[in-house]
Amino acid sequence: MKKSGKSDLQDFFIKPRSILLLGSGGLRIGQAGEFDYSGSQAIKAFKEEGIRVVLMNPNIATVQTDKGLADKVYFLPLTIDHAEAIIKKERPDAIALSFGGQTALNLGLELEEKGILKKYNVRVLGTPVSAIRDTEDRAFFVKRLNEIGIKTARSFAVHDVAHGLKAAAEIGYPVMMRSGFALGGLGSGRVNDAGHLAERLKEAFASSPQVLIEEYLAGWKEVEYEVVRDSADNCTTVCNMENFDPMGVHTGESIVVAPSQTLSNEEYHRLREIAIQTIRHIGIVGECNIQYALNPNPPAGGVDYRVIEVNARLSRSSALASKATGYPLAAVAAKLALGHTLPTIQNAVTKSTTACFEPALDYLVLKMPRWDLTKFENAASRIGTEMKSVGEVMAIGRSFEEVLQKAIRCLNIGADGFTANRNGNFKIDDYDEQIQNPTTQRVFAIAEALKQGMTIQEVHKLSGIDEWFLSKLKNIIALEKQTRTKKFDAEALRSLKKAGFSDLQLATIKKTTHVKIRTLRKKLGVTPVIKQIDTLAGEFPAKTNYLYLTYHGTEHDIVPSGSVGHPMSYVVLGSGPYCIGSSVEFDWACVQALNTLREKKYKTIMINSNPETVSTDYDMSDRLYFDELTLERVLDIIDFEKPKGTIISTGGQIPNRLAMPLHEAGVAILGTKATNIDKAEDRHIFSKLLDTLQVDQPLWTEITTAKAAAKKAAEFGYPVLVRPSYVLSGSAMSVAYDEAALIRFLKRAADVSEKHPVVVSKFIENAREIEIDGVAKNGELVIYAISEHVENAGTHSGDATVVLPPQRTYLETIRRAKTITKKIIHALKITGPFNIQFLAKDNHLQVIECNVRASRSFPFVSKVTGYNFIDMAVRAMLGEDVSGEYRTVDLDYVAVKSPQFSYGRIKGADPVGRVEMASTGEVACFGDSFSEALLLSMQAAGVRIPKKNVLVALGKEENKIKLLTSMRELYNMGFKLYATEHTAEFLKNHEIPCEKVFKISSGKDPNVLDLIERGKLDFIINIPTHAMTDTSKDGFIIRRKAVDMNIPLITNRQLAEAFITALAEARTTSSPSSVRV
Amino acid sequence: MKLVLKDGSVYEGKSFGADVPMTGEVVFNTGMTGYVETLTDPSYAGQILVCTYPLQGNYGVPDKKFFESNKIQVSGLVVSEYSEEYSHFDAQKSLSAWLKECSVPAIQGVDTRAITKKLREHGVMLGALAERLPGKFPDPNDGNLVAQVSPTKKKVYGNGRIKIIAIDCGMKENIVRSLTRKETTIIRVPWDYDFSKEKYDALFISNGPGDPAMCQKTIENIRKAMNANKPILGICLGNQLLAHAANAKTYKLKYGHRGQNQPCIEADSKRCYITSQNHGFAIDGKTLPKDWEVWFTNANDGSNEGIRHKTKPWRAVQFHPEASPGPTDTAWIFDDFIKSLI
Repeated sequence: MKKSGKSDLQDFFIKPRSILLLGSGGLRIGQAGEFDYSGSQAIKAFKEEGIRVVLMNPNIATVQTDKGLADKVYFLPLTIDHAEAIIKKERPDAIALSFGGQTALNLGLELEEKGILKKYNVRVLGTPVSAIRDTEDRAFFVKRLNEIGIKTARSFAVHDVAHGLKAAAEIGYPVMMRSGFALGGLGSGRVNDAGHLAERLKEAFASSPQVLIEEYLAGWKEVEYEVVRDSADNCTTVCNMENFDPMGVHTGESIVVAPSQTLSNEEYHRLREIAIQTIRHIGIVGECNIQYALNPNPPAGGVDYRVIEVNARLSRSSALASKATGYPLAAVAAKLALGHTLPTIQNAVTKSTTACFEPALDYLVLKMPRWDLTKFENAASRIGTEMKSVGEVMAIGRSFEEVLQKAIRCLNIGADGFTANRNGNFKIDDYDEQIQNPTTQRVFAIAEALKQGMTIQEVHKLSGIDEWFLSKLKNIIALEKQTRTKKFDAEALRSLKKAGFSDLQLATIKKTTHVKIRTLRKKLGVTPVIKQIDTLAGEFPAKTNYLYLTYHGTEHDIVPSGSVGHPMSYVVLGSGPYCIGSSVEFDWACVQALNTLREKKYKTIMINSNPETVSTDYDMSDRLYFDELTLERVLDIIDFEKPKGTIISTGGQIPNRLAMPLHEAGVAILGTKATNIDKAEDRHIFSKLLDTLQVDQPLWTEITTAKAAAKKAAEFGYPVLVRPSYVLSGSAMSVAYDEAALIRFLKRAADVSEKHPVVVSKFIENAREIEIDGVAKNGELVIYAISEHVENAGTHSGDATVVLPPQRTYLETIRRAKTITKKIIHALKITGPFNIQFLAKDNHLQVIECNVRASRSFPFVSKVTGYNFIDMAVRAMLGEDVSGEYRTVDLDYVAVKSPQFSYGRIKGADPVGRVEMASTGEVACFGDSFSEALLLSMQAAGVRIPKKNVLVALGKEENKIKLLTSMRELYNMGFKLYATEHTAEFLKNHEIPCEKVFKISSGKDPNVLDLIERGKLDFIINIPTHAMTDTSKDGFIIRRKAVDMNIPLITNRQLAEAFITALAEARTTSSPSSVRV
Repeated sequence: MKLVLKDGSVYEGKSFGADVPMTGEVVFNTGMTGYVETLTDPSYAGQILVCTYPLQGNYGVPDKKFFESNKIQVSGLVVSEYSEEYSHFDAQKSLSAWLKECSVPAIQGVDTRAITKKLREHGVMLGALAERLPGKFPDPNDGNLVAQVSPTKKKVYGNGRIKIIAIDCGMKENIVRSLTRKETTIIRVPWDYDFSKEKYDALFISNGPGDPAMCQKTIENIRKAMNANKPILGICLGNQLLAHAANAKTYKLKYGHRGQNQPCIEADSKRCYITSQNHGFAIDGKTLPKDWEVWFTNANDGSNEGIRHKTKPWRAVQFHPEASPGPTDTAWIFDDFIKSLI
């Protein structure tokens, strides 16, 4: 590092008038809500400068696509054609690529490569494209780092299988395989021998032109730095992080702590120095991260490291670093991209010091991944070098024990902490196996191992996890053991709380209730303190609103909101970790609630534990408690703040479940009464209510033995829907078509008993599903939106393609749905948001469920109808008059919402729609017609329009008949059809030419597997015989291969039909790319 | 054991160091790593150190060769949580064992953020680590701390052509490491050593504890070097002593700069460097004679971070380019200094 004069880059800077910002599209594994945070911060930072911002992002559930942020929003697929069309129309003079994850970066690179940016004279903001290429292309990367003598893992970039095998032979097995240009390490992993390598390479080359074969560094520490650099060459590291799980487990799958815990000064600063050298050499302008492997036992001592990668963009890690330190990385990166220098930017947290510094933490944070693998059939719970987690939580505290136990609770997986879980849950029997071959439950396996007397050294040997971390875990176990025989006094309680034990855990250990523990604790004065996060460890006074609770302290940093002259404060409970079923849409809803409350001049208090959110941004609330959404913690905060009310209806199911306990603890809940929320939540009470209201519902019963279940199922008639209340693995819900399937399914449930009953309900086939999202006040309907599903009932509403306004639903049905809705909201005296789901068959309606809270589709219906449903709901809850005429059915356009799947990440999972939700995100597009909107929306979710070759395997006779017209249409459009045996015969009988391909199991040519593997196919339509329980292995292999080879796939009959019709329509009408803003 | 502050506040904690009472000036440091280097920095002589980062002791204590001096220099240590277990390939003992070995008291389990905020608001305060309230709180700055930590004998390093006198006012070992190169010979001398009879090419003035006004002898010797027109580089206390030699004034900061994240802006390039710092006194920039100028300024509070003569080869920085602990961004200051001598 040399002091140097002014950089040439500074002169390069001219402030743009308008910027096109690329978003990241639907949430998927490896690319989740963190890009809503980075995109919306960037938009705000650009707007502050008076720059016009055009946003391209089909993710309708995001905050960044809200009115009032960007000047114009295009809900369009993030593809080169659409991007070019927007550029042509908007003529931005700059483009921002680093705020929309890998998707935006890849699209930006493509735009540059194809000369589109040059053609329209669009400048890339921040890091130059050449520098991005240096970080993206592994071979360039290694070469660039070699130039300055920085070590990278021994690695070869290969472009075909033969070279891959040769490279591996040279390095020696095991090797690490990574595919280039991929998000979240897709197609990466340890490969032990040439046989497996050949197979994996073949798969990888299907989605990536280049694969890397690398030196295997398992067991090395994994460390990351977040770096910012400006155009004048000022460069600092904002945060460093250390993985609890050493190399071999993807950083997105690892428990991560910040700052690093086991690095000496020499190691910390040597890696920091290398980070700065590297980033300067590559020429990043803005934000990036650098990942290292660090040898824990260097043969020659000193610092033995390898640089693993540099991400020249905002990333999941940078979102984490931003929340971990309080340093608004995305906002600063946006300013740097405009040419501002670090010393001239103010530290937004202290408002008195400069952004050119490195935050000093006086606490530590711990991130834990949230997995949802049980939602997938067949999915392995093993974790490794590929990312499978769908979300994460961050816990803040002042000891490792404290943050670990807090984080486990934040996950919302039913665990009360590291140990002492209720009913002996999270006890892992094959703990040594799961420690050695990490699974999603590894942390609980370690707990069990330590309880069983395994030593720290033994666990270290199996896992490679640093002994320091393990010693802390052992402290927790030791403390639990002592507590069993010890009486609680203030000191004992305090030391347990310092080690992160919750009241529930203590109640479990002492066989009492958490309410009693809480009372005792308060009597003894054992309560947490509230501390501020101020980015500089208290060195300067800071105007920070960023808070957490800890037991390592004796003094609050703040006084309650009520005591500083603004008695009217409201708490909004956040949505916790992103997981399947609860994602960015609930963060959106919480942000809307905060906005409305602030507009009304109330003080807002946000509680959330998810670092990937906008609701936890430093400028969204007056007070942000980055903490657990558990009853205990929420009460701690409410006890202190004494707010006027608490909103629990915008954060999804986590706060919704707190309704009753909070109410019982005397907390004022805004909107619908907790007791009435409970009526909708309790299946028995709600069912009775529907009966009283004379509203029909599918037959159901609750059963405590398998035998009784079979009896009832026979009574209802198959198929039936089965929902056990307690499962260990496999999906929780399933459809059984016969008794054998029912019994098989119940056997898989861990326990069927009085304590864990099973709900069996009649499954209605060929019914359609419609949904009403709305707002009510004092039991009267204020506004509603009705949307219909393209797929028939049986596809989870979160996985369904949703249309608004409805296209196929009769007016009479709509009228009936509305009548039923009015009855229910009246009976439950709803004030605030609600969602009701219906089954519709032949104009007859049955109610499936009612959620007395905002639902997943609230951002969709709000943005499509133009009415902000959450704003109205909050105003209704505050008692305002929100009545009026709202036009939500008769719209001039059609919007379609499509699910975004991440099956590519979940090896072995069957990519087929089921009653259990599997999608990780959603997108929505608009059109003049349903067909237009559908095609755009599906493309936005990653479905590529076929060009030539389509494989069809249509399953049972009914499917074949119903899809006959569609097949003819496909053929008429000029597609070459390949069909599996029975489907081929059927098509031929109906004079639709196709090429017959043989089942995989037949071994005959042409074989379907061969066809897929040779990359011959553009598109696959594979409809399983029974939507939910396809036992045909061939079908599964076709679907799985389609996903693994990245071939677009449709598995639902109704969707296939709609898609083909839309394709045909698109061919006849020269569709103008219609766009809504 | 308790931490008792002069204003009467008491923080009850658990001892993990030597079981001896000790008084000192209570200061805080915001570094997140580097306790080994920090504790052995002689500039901390006479001070009870509060670490704002809550977890300490994680990676144990390595061999002496990693120290910044031969022992723990702080009078006492205050942390939120001491880590009993440590883990590092270089570690030879625990922090607790080392503190006991050096007879330095330490406590854990206190609200270090609360103490930090108090020091921030009231300024550094005298205090004690003890079981009972001490009778009085002697101010370590009343004595000559430099004389306590400075060596008594001259020592020579290297065998290069360029001879540099290094005044050791409590010099960190990494400064010696940074200056010793194949072209240099470092003559390490005591704080009050009269080197005017020595043959030398340049003068280096080290860091050290306490008030620069205590080092009148050093200031006189520096003036001799200035009269002889020798190139000079100072660090930390050396910066303040050079200022005194140039007839500028220093003052005591309210609570000092102690940490590894202090941004400093270089006057010519306007570049901002992240620096490691440990000082309680600072130069009053306004008192600089007109042939001197500000070289570095703290980007947070605008305080002086370095001075240089407008025409002569004399300069000094308030921060620690030798890092250890802390960032190495300004190591080029050593390079430039030595290059200027070749």
